[in-house]
Amino acid sequence: METPVAPILKIASLRKRYGANEVLKGISIDVAPKEVVAIIGASGSGKSTLLRCVNLMETPSAGTLDFDGLSLDFSKPERSWRREGDLRRLRTSIGMVFQSYNLWPHKTVLENVIEAPIRVKRVPRAEAIDKAHHLLQRIGLYEKRDAYPSRLSGGQQQRVATVRALAMEPKLMLFDEVTSALDPELVGEVLDLMAALAADGMTMLIVTHEMAFAREVSTRTVFVDGGLIAEEGPSRELLTQPGNERTRQFLRRVLHEPFRPATSAGGVAA
Amino acid sequence: MSFLSDPIGFAETWWQSVTAYLPSMLASCVVVIELTVLVILASWVFGLLAALGKLSSHAILRRPCEFYVWFIRGTPTLIQIFVIYFGIPQLGIRISPFSAGVLALGISSGAYVAEIIRSGLLAIPKGQTESTVALGMTYRQSMTHIILPQVFRIIIPSITNEAVTTLKNTSLLSTITIIELTLRTEMIISYTFRPFDFYIIAALLYLAMTTALMSLSSRLERRLASRY
Repeated sequence: METPVAPILKIASLRKRYGANEVLKGISIDVAPKEVVAIIGASGSGKSTLLRCVNLMETPSAGTLDFDGLSLDFSKPERSWRREGDLRRLRTSIGMVFQSYNLWPHKTVLENVIEAPIRVKRVPRAEAIDKAHHLLQRIGLYEKRDAYPSRLSGGQQQRVATVRALAMEPKLMLFDEVTSALDPELVGEVLDLMAALAADGMTMLIVTHEMAFAREVSTRTVFVDGGLIAEEGPSRELLTQPGNERTRQFLRRVLHEPFRPATSAGGVAA
Repeated sequence: MSFLSDPIGFAETWWQSVTAYLPSMLASCVVVIELTVLVILASWVFGLLAALGKLSSHAILRRPCEFYVWFIRGTPTLIQIFVIYFGIPQLGIRISPFSAGVLALGISSGAYVAEIIRSGLLAIPKGQTESTVALGMTYRQSMTHIILPQVFRIIIPSITNEAVTTLKNTSLLSTITIIELTLRTEMIISYTFRPFDFYIIAALLYLAMTTALMSLSSRLERRLASRY
């Protein structure tokens, strides 16, 4: 599918191998500004690795990445493209939210949010606090600003983790299975926040198992299978009428059919 | 009741000699505290560097740190003190007994501190570091503000243990002419011929200092525990 505007993120032929095990076998994705791309696939398909390659938490083995004026070619020797300053600049403009929240337990909610803007972007403290207050108000956790993360529910922690990334004013947000560790009743509040961000025009790459969310919120869905993109397309189409047999199988498994107890061995009721 | 009386004035002279020498023993306690504080600071510097080195992916940094910890943990502290105190002057470098003592015990304790800090670093979930990298922090910012403060809290009990050992090990420095509490006690005994009495007093003084150190650390531990 052609994107009408210049992409903000351009990944081409990205490969990642761990020893003999090739996890990504040549992935190409363009992401346009304000686009929300859902990445789905079975566990072990490489979707989380793909996300972690975007902000170079993992170092790709081959391929290219273009983001916001920075152009990296991983086929060349690492020392030719790896400049710590470049990597930090890239990470400063890409926010990431993790499955396990990773809030810092020894810092309050407010301190978690202002730490990186103050230390990394050298934002004056008062300004960082102002911005943090504003963001915390938006997610309804302003009253919790002086609480330590251990006093918060999983859903609240994950929303603070999202705000911590947003405080850096990123141009792209990465979400790595952010609701997978949450109790079912807490999933909604995190998805609501992500939907609100999408509506605000944030560019997002989301690895998720929430198919309903992907269908409603993401503009495009990418199905990763065995380290390759098996199918991609507008989310509503791909998630309701997949063209690829592998996609169909995967969706059948995750949107599991109504639960039926096993009735072998003559049944329990007998 | 004549057996309870004191015909040779033992109680009187005992009390006299104790009161006569106690002030100089207390003054030696100050030396013990000075030595302990300096050695602890040195051991934290050596220990932190060695712990980070041992966890480094660069063999050039890792190997020497591994060697340091292995060598120090496997040799007697007393020999290490002698190597520094008698060995360094042989290389033509002049060093005072006090500096040699602080350096030797600092190097010695540093190896144990390194293992304590290393185990603390390994106890911090990987996600803590990942979140700092994802936010663009440098290794140094991440360590100083996010990782090490968490490590410090975990290791308070074992680092206290090591500090107590350090305090007691300062008595080994009596062998290199530093007049700390043990050497002072030996000197007093050589005038008074009362080894039992004065060694017991010395032991009680050490006990008072280690007890103070331990209660200081449990107060700190409680204060941090109430926070998060």
